[in-house]
Parts: sequence; structure tokens; C-alpha cells
Amino acid sequence: MMIKNFLNRIPWLGILSLIAGWLAWTLISRFSGLPRFILPSPNDVWLSFIKSLMNGTLLYHTAITLIEVLLGMLAGVTFATIVGYALAKSRTLEKILSPYLVASQAIPIVAIAPLLVIWLGGGILSKVLICALIVFFPVLVNTVVGIRAVPSALYDLMHSIRATRWQILIKLEVPAALPVLLGGLRVGATLSVIGAIVGELVNAQDGLGYLLQLGDFQYDTSMVYVAVFMLIVLALMLYGMVTLLERKFLKWQQ
Amino acid sequence: MKSSPILTVENLSVVFPDNNGGLRALDDISFEVCPRDFICFLGPSGSGKTTLLRIIANLLRPTTGKINFIRNQHPQIGMVFQQSNLMPWRTVMDNIKLPLELEGMGENKARLKAQEMIELVGLRGFEDSWPRELSGGMAQRVAIARALIHDPDLLLLDEPFGSLDAITRERMWMELSHIWQASQKTVIMVTHSINESLFLADRVLVLTQRPGKIKLDLKVDLPRPRNDDIRYTPHFGRLARKLRETIE
Repeated sequence: MMIKNFLNRIPWLGILSLIAGWLAWTLISRFSGLPRFILPSPNDVWLSFIKSLMNGTLLYHTAITLIEVLLGMLAGVTFATIVGYALAKSRTLEKILSPYLVASQAIPIVAIAPLLVIWLGGGILSKVLICALIVFFPVLVNTVVGIRAVPSALYDLMHSIRATRWQILIKLEVPAALPVLLGGLRVGATLSVIGAIVGELVNAQDGLGYLLQLGDFQYDTSMVYVAVFMLIVLALMLYGMVTLLERKFLKWQQ
Repeated sequence: MKSSPILTVENLSVVFPDNNGGLRALDDISFEVCPRDFICFLGPSGSGKTTLLRIIANLLRPTTGKINFIRNQHPQIGMVFQQSNLMPWRTVMDNIKLPLELEGMGENKARLKAQEMIELVGLRGFEDSWPRELSGGMAQRVAIARALIHDPDLLLLDEPFGSLDAITRERMWMELSHIWQASQKTVIMVTHSINESLFLADRVLVLTQRPGKIKLDLKVDLPRPRNDDIRYTPHFGRLARKLRETIE
């Protein structure tokens, strides 16, 4: 019985499809006659992965990008929840700020990334800021929606037992808005990886975006593949982190 | 036995602002409440019953008139709403002990008191259930436990059984009656059910259609403890008829 349960839980179809993809890739790279710098074989990519892992470059650059993403998310989420809460509470403030907020969303982040790099230099700070900016909006919007959706009847309840403002924030508004807030964080997490890469592509001496560009310049296509795969891993990791948070804090929803 | 009132309401009027001169919800309401009274406001919808309760709970300010709590100006209040108003992210236990958390009571002590309340409303075994797992009647019992746990001076009930089916509602009358007798609380309840008001209250005050005015102050001299049979006695019938005639 237990073995059967265990077997049932393995995503057979997913694994099968991955194997088929790998096989197709191998066959195409071998028989299509395309040069290596256009389509490296899975084996080339694997060797490149092992090599960069062994000499430490891969982990170093991944760590740099991860730090940029995490710091950017931290800054973006903090700022977005504070501003979002203020906006949710004050229609006047919303009217004053909304032209700026809408305009800021109309600018593609790719377009202002060079500007931020000029202002803040090619170091980590400009990338953190780009991540923060890209995370800011989805979290802001979800904070406003989440706080506005708190049922007024629950405010009545809290007032009837004479809750303070602080108690209303901690015991009512935060937990009530949390599902929507985490939804915003889920979107923000994947976006922020994009933000870091955009920043690194503009100008950087390290990070996965730098590795990507290095591989590009040197026609080391396997390296580009390795960097892309690391980015996927990074995004999945962040996504998984948000899912874990949801499991922990939203038990009551299942 | 006439004790001195703990709450007096004097010449209370409420006007909600609107486009043509304001909507008069309550008009010149005055009454007194004595300790351990069970008072019921009976009236059709739109008579301002809920507005009155919200004013007493300090959720709303009256346009004119005064509310005096004799013992202290800021009494502890427990309120049960038309919907159970439970926080879906808290278990039954955590919902019930919310008022104690706000008072800053220690976790262990609060849990002990909450457990007492859970026994009182007959929900043993459901301590760790989520609100979405409860039936309407159970959810409303949790709400009653939450309203009583901080030992309030005054219990306010805003059509607490309005959303329940008829059979559950009548069973809840019995339970509330027991709980009231065990807890010795002063209760103000609003309802539009004549049977409900007579079964539960010592006094029924009838409100008229908007603007709400007190039309009748009826003493319910039915013996206690009351059970289902009392609803089929001639005296219950006479009182019910009197209320019915006043409302129309």
C-alpha cells in the first residue's frame, strides 16, 4: 500500500516528458549539423556546468544575483506595503499619488535600467534598486486591494471590544490581507529575477547576467545555457519560498 | 425587586445625512436598563434597531440625546452580530480568546478561560476547528462565547439568530436562555421575531417603522426557567397578540 502511494506521487508524465526533451535535444544537436556555438549538445552544457561549478565561478555569480534579488525584494516589499497601506487608508493620498504610480508603470524597466546604472554605478546597488522597482508595483496593488477588502463587520467587532489601532493592524488587517499580499509577492519574486538580469546586462562585473554576456561575447554558448538554467533554478527557488510561506500562514484556507 | 439602572438612554435621535434634509432613523428614544435585565427591541426592518445597538456599542454617535452608563462611562461590551463575524484565519479556540488577547492576558490563562466558554456553549471537541468547518448554529455559538469571555458589563445581540434556519434558531433560544441564566449578564437584544423576544426577554420594547420610536414597553411576566412548552400557553399567546397588534 505504502509503496503504491509513493509510486503514485511521482510525476511520471513530467519525468517522461523531460527525458523525451533531453533525447530530442541530443539527437538534433548531433544530426542537424549545426555548429556548437549555435546549438551545444546536452553533454557540452553538462561539462560546462561541472567546470564552472568546480572552479567556483558559477556559485559566485549565482550568489551575487541571489543577493541582489533578495535585497531588492526586501526593499521593494517593505516600501510597497507601507505605501500600499497608506493608499488603502486615504483616498486623498491615492488621488495625489496615482498619476505618478500609473506613469511609473508605463515606463518599461528596461528603459530606465541604463539610467539607474549611470546614477548608481555598475555595482550591486543599481541592481538592487531595479529589483525593488520591479517588485514594488504588484505588491503595492495587492496591498491596497487586500487592505480594502477587510470586511467592515470585522472592524465593528474590533471596535466593540475596544481594540487599539495597533491591535487592529496586527490582529485584523495583516492576517486578513495576507493571502492577497502573498499573491503579489509570488508575482514579484519571479519578476525580480528579471530585474536583476536586466541590470547586470547593462553593466556589471559579476552576477549571472554578466556570465551570460561573457558567454555571449566569447561564443561560449554552453556557458550561456548554464547561466539560463541557473536563472530558472533561482526563480523556482524564490517561487517555492513564497509557496512555503503560504503553506505556513494560510493553513486555514485549505 | 427594583434595582437602580446601569444604563439610561435619554431623548436619543439619529439623523443620517442624505440629499434631502437627512434620514431620520431614530426619534426621541428614552429607556433605562437595570442589571441582569434581558431587554428586547422588537420592530420591523428599517425601524433603526441595529442603529440603536450600534450607538450603545459606541460604534456610532447619536445626533442628539445622551447615553449614560451609571457605573463607568466606558463599560466592557460583548457584541454578537447578525453574521457570526469569526476571523477565518483563527481556530474556534483562538477566535474565542481574541478579546482576552487584546486585554493582554497571558496565553495560558486565556486558553483556560476560553476552554470554559467552549464548554458553556457546548462546543467541546471543536477547539481546533476552522470557522469554515462549522455550521451556522455552531459559528453563532462561537460568537456568543467570544462576546462573553471578557466578562462584559453589557451583552448586545443584533438579531443573532436571523441567519439560522427555524429549527436551529429555536434550539439556540433555549441555549441562550441557559447561558444567560448561568452568566447573569445584562442583555440588550434586537429582533423582528415576536416569539424570540417573548421567549427570551424580561421586557420587550416595540419600535415603530422609521423613524423608530418606542411604541410599547411590555413586561414579560412569564416564569423562568422557560422551555419550549411555554410558547403554547394562553398567556404567551396573549402577549404575542398584543405585540403583533402594536407592530401593525
